[in-house]
Amino acid sequence: MTDMIKTNDRTITLEILRYNPESDEAPTFGTFEIPYVEDWSLLDALEYIKDEMDSSLSYRWSCRMAVCGSCGMVINGKPQLGCETFLRSYYPEKMRIEPLANFPIERDLVVDSSDFIKKLESVKPYIIDAVDATKAAPKKKQPEKTSTGVYKQKPAELGLYKQFSMCINCMLCYSACPQMGLNPLFTGPAALALGHRYNLDNRDQGADERTEVIQDKNGVWSCTFVGYCSEVCPKNVDPAAAINQNKAQGAQDWALSFLMPRKGDK
Amino acid sequence: MQVVKADIIVVGAGGAGLRAAIAAAEKNPNLDIALISKVYPMRSHTVAAEGGSAGVVQSHDSLENHFIDTVAGGDWLCDQDVVDYFVANSTEEMIQLEHWGCPWSRKDDGDVNVRAFGGMKIERTWFAADKSGFHMLHTLFQTSIKYPNIKRYDEFYTTDLIIEDGRAQGVTAIQINSGAPHTFLGKAVVFATGGSGRTFRFNTNGAIVTGDGHAMALRAGATLRDMEFVQYHPTGLPGSGVLMTEGCRGEGGILLNKDGYRYLQDYGLGPETPVGQPKNKHMELGPRDKLSQAFWQEQRKGRTIETPLGDAVHLDLRHLGEKKLMERLPLICSLAKNYMGVDPVHQPVPVRPAVHYTMGGIRANLDCSTSIPGLFAVGECASNGMHGANRLGSNSLAETVVFGKVAGESAIEFARHATQSDQTRLLDHANANLDRIEKMRNANGTEKASHIRHDMVKTMETTLGIYRIGEEMQEGVDKITELRERFKNVKVEDKSKVFNTELLQAFELESSLTVAQGMAIGALNRKESRGAHQRLDGFEKRDDENFLKHSLITLNDKGEATLSYEDVNVTRFQPAARTYGAAAEKGEQK
Repeated sequence: MTDMIKTNDRTITLEILRYNPESDEAPTFGTFEIPYVEDWSLLDALEYIKDEMDSSLSYRWSCRMAVCGSCGMVINGKPQLGCETFLRSYYPEKMRIEPLANFPIERDLVVDSSDFIKKLESVKPYIIDAVDATKAAPKKKQPEKTSTGVYKQKPAELGLYKQFSMCINCMLCYSACPQMGLNPLFTGPAALALGHRYNLDNRDQGADERTEVIQDKNGVWSCTFVGYCSEVCPKNVDPAAAINQNKAQGAQDWALSFLMPRKGDK
Repeated sequence: MQVVKADIIVVGAGGAGLRAAIAAAEKNPNLDIALISKVYPMRSHTVAAEGGSAGVVQSHDSLENHFIDTVAGGDWLCDQDVVDYFVANSTEEMIQLEHWGCPWSRKDDGDVNVRAFGGMKIERTWFAADKSGFHMLHTLFQTSIKYPNIKRYDEFYTTDLIIEDGRAQGVTAIQINSGAPHTFLGKAVVFATGGSGRTFRFNTNGAIVTGDGHAMALRAGATLRDMEFVQYHPTGLPGSGVLMTEGCRGEGGILLNKDGYRYLQDYGLGPETPVGQPKNKHMELGPRDKLSQAFWQEQRKGRTIETPLGDAVHLDLRHLGEKKLMERLPLICSLAKNYMGVDPVHQPVPVRPAVHYTMGGIRANLDCSTSIPGLFAVGECASNGMHGANRLGSNSLAETVVFGKVAGESAIEFARHATQSDQTRLLDHANANLDRIEKMRNANGTEKASHIRHDMVKTMETTLGIYRIGEEMQEGVDKITELRERFKNVKVEDKSKVFNTELLQAFELESSLTVAQGMAIGALNRKESRGAHQRLDGFEKRDDENFLKHSLITLNDKGEATLSYEDVNVTRFQPAARTYGAAAEKGEQK
C-alpha cells in the first residue's frame, strides 16, 4: 500500500463520519489529509488511514472487485461501493464519507445489516418446487429434465430472471430509497427483487407463498416509485422494475379474484 | 461469556461451509447446526470466483479424462483415491446446484453449457457467465435459509478450537458487533475457513483470506500439508490484483508479450493455435503454474510491457467481439474498464500473475476428517490431496460442494456416536481461549500490526515467488521468524469492544504469520521443482525418488513449526513427464 505512493506532495482531504457507541454521544466528522494517489480507490485510501493514521477506523471490505457487497458507503451524498470509487474522480475536491443511510450505525462506516438480512429471508429466496409448494397447487408446469439431468431452461427463460439474480446485497438501494426512511418496515428494493427473481424462474412453484410478503402493504405497495434504487444499483439489477412488475401483477390478481373468487383461498 | 450449544459447528460460510451445513441439515433435521462466519455468508471469498466449476458432462468426455487431467495437472502430488471420488461426484453436485436454482449458462436447447479451461482435455467447466462463484455462493446461501435447523452466527470471529478428551468439541468466538465473547459447544466441528492467500502482497484474494482456520487447527494440534504450494493465477490486473478469469482464455482470449508475440509457444505449450480457435491443453489453455512461470521468464528476457503498476503482458479478447464478451465475460469487461480504464472490446488488457490459491491446507482424509477426532476440514482450508502441486482452474468451486457435502455428512455421523465431555472442563478450555482475546485486546507493546503485515506480505512475495532460490527462501524463513518475534510486542491501540477491526486484524495477522512460516519451511526443504514450486538453484527437476511426498507441518511444544513427510496415494496413474501442447499429443499417441 505505502509502496504505491509516488514521490509528490499532492494530498486529498477525506471527511469521514466517525462514531464509537462506547465513547461518543453522536456521530461527528473526522478529517484526514492523505497522499493523493491517482490509482487509489476509496478502499485504498481508507486502508492507508487505518494502517498509518488511525487504526480505530472501522469499515467493512473484502473482495475489492465489486462482487462481495461489503463496502457500501455514502460518498459525497451518493450511495456507492468504496472499491469502485476512485480518488481521481474527486481530486482536488475533498470527499465526504458517511455510512449507508436508513440503517442504524454500529460504528464509523459500519451499519447494522441484520434487519436487511431478515427481509431477504422473508421473501423465501430459494426454489420452491412442486413437492415443497404447500399453499397452492402448482400453477406452472415443472420443466422437463435434459439428458444431463438438469431442468431444461432455455436462454430466454434464464433471461427472464437473470438480471434480478445479480444482486450483491450491498444495500445501496436501501440507502437511496426515500420510503425506507419513512417506513422502516418496507421490505425494500433488493429483497423484493430477489423474491421476484425466484417467481420468474421456470423451475420455481413458490410464487403464491411469496405473495403475502411481496403484495403486503409493506411490500411492493409501500414503494412510491422514485426509482433512485435502480439508479444507484452497481449491478444494474433494476429493483424498481421488479417492484413495478409485481404491482402490475398484484393489480391483475386482485381484478381476477372477482372473476374467480376461489383462486385467492389461503 | 455466552455459551451456545449445538450438535455440529461449522466455521466459515462460503461455498464449502454452506454446503456442509445444508448436507448436515438434510441428513438429520433434528440436530442443531451452528454456522459461524466472520462475514455475512455472501461476502465469503467464494463470491469472487469467476470462471466455473468442473463436472464431466459431455458424451465424448469421461471421468478418467478428468482424473488424468487433475493428477497430471497436480504434477502427481494428488492422492488418487480422492481425485477418483471427486470426479465421480462432481457432476451430481453441479446438477444439485441447478435444482437449487443456480443460474448456470445454457445452450439454446435449454441444457447446461460448459466451457474450456486450462489443463482440461475436454470442455467440462459449468459456468454462470463469469460470475460462477457469485451465483454458486448466493444459491447456497439462499437455499440454506430453507433449513430451520441451520442457525447462523454472522459476523462472529472464531479465535480458537476447544479440544478436550483429544476431540474437537467447540470453538470460542467474538461477536463482532458487540465484542462479546462466545463459546460454542458441539460434538463435531467443521472448518471451512478458506485459504491463506493474504500472506502475500500481490493478490486476487479478498481481505478476509488470512488463514485463520489453518492457524487455529495448527495451534490445536492438527497437521498442515503441502503448504509450500501457492498458486499464482497468470492473469490479475496490475496494481489491484483483481482477477481476470481463466474463462477469458477458455473463450479464446490470447496472451501477448510487448512484441505482440504469443510467447507461450516458447514454453512447451505450442505450437501456436489459430486466434479464436482455442485448443484444449495448448497455449493459453495450459495450466496456471506453467503460464505464470512463462510470464516470469518473459519478464527476465525484457519482453514484458512496462506499466506504471508494474510489468504486464496483454490479454487480448478483442477478436471475441462485443456480443460474445457481453454474454460470456460481462464482469471482466466492467472490471477492466473500472480498474484499468481499458475496454476489452477495443483494447488488450494488461495482466500479470497474482497469488490466488492455497493448494495445501489442513491435512484431511477422503471423509474430511483430520488428525484431530471431531474436526473436519473442507474447501480451500483443507488439503485432502486432490490438487497436488498445482490446482486446475474450476476444480476448486467443485471441490467446495463435493466435499462440503461429505464434511457435513461425516460430521453428523461422528456426532451420532460422540458424547460431549463434562461441561466444566470444556468451559475451562473456553476461558483460557477467552483470556487470549483479552490479552490481545490489551496488547500494549510498541509494534504496529499493520507494519508487520506490510513486511510479511513483501517478504513472502520476494522470497517465495513464482521461482524460488534456497538462499532467498532461507531469508524468508528468517524474516518470518523475526516478524513473529516482533508480533509478540504488538500494540492494539483500539481497546473498544464494538466492531473493533484492529483487534480482528491482529488475530488475522497472527494467523497469517503462523501459516507463512509453514509455507516458507515447506518450500525451503522441498529440494525439487514440482507444479507451483519451482527452484532455480540446482533443483530444477522433479524428484520423485525423494519428493513424491506430501510435506507435513505441525507445531512442537514450543510452538515452533516442525516438518515431516508422508507418502502420496498413487493408485493407478504412475508419475510421468508432465506435458502440454504438441508434446502431450505425442505422448498420447505412444
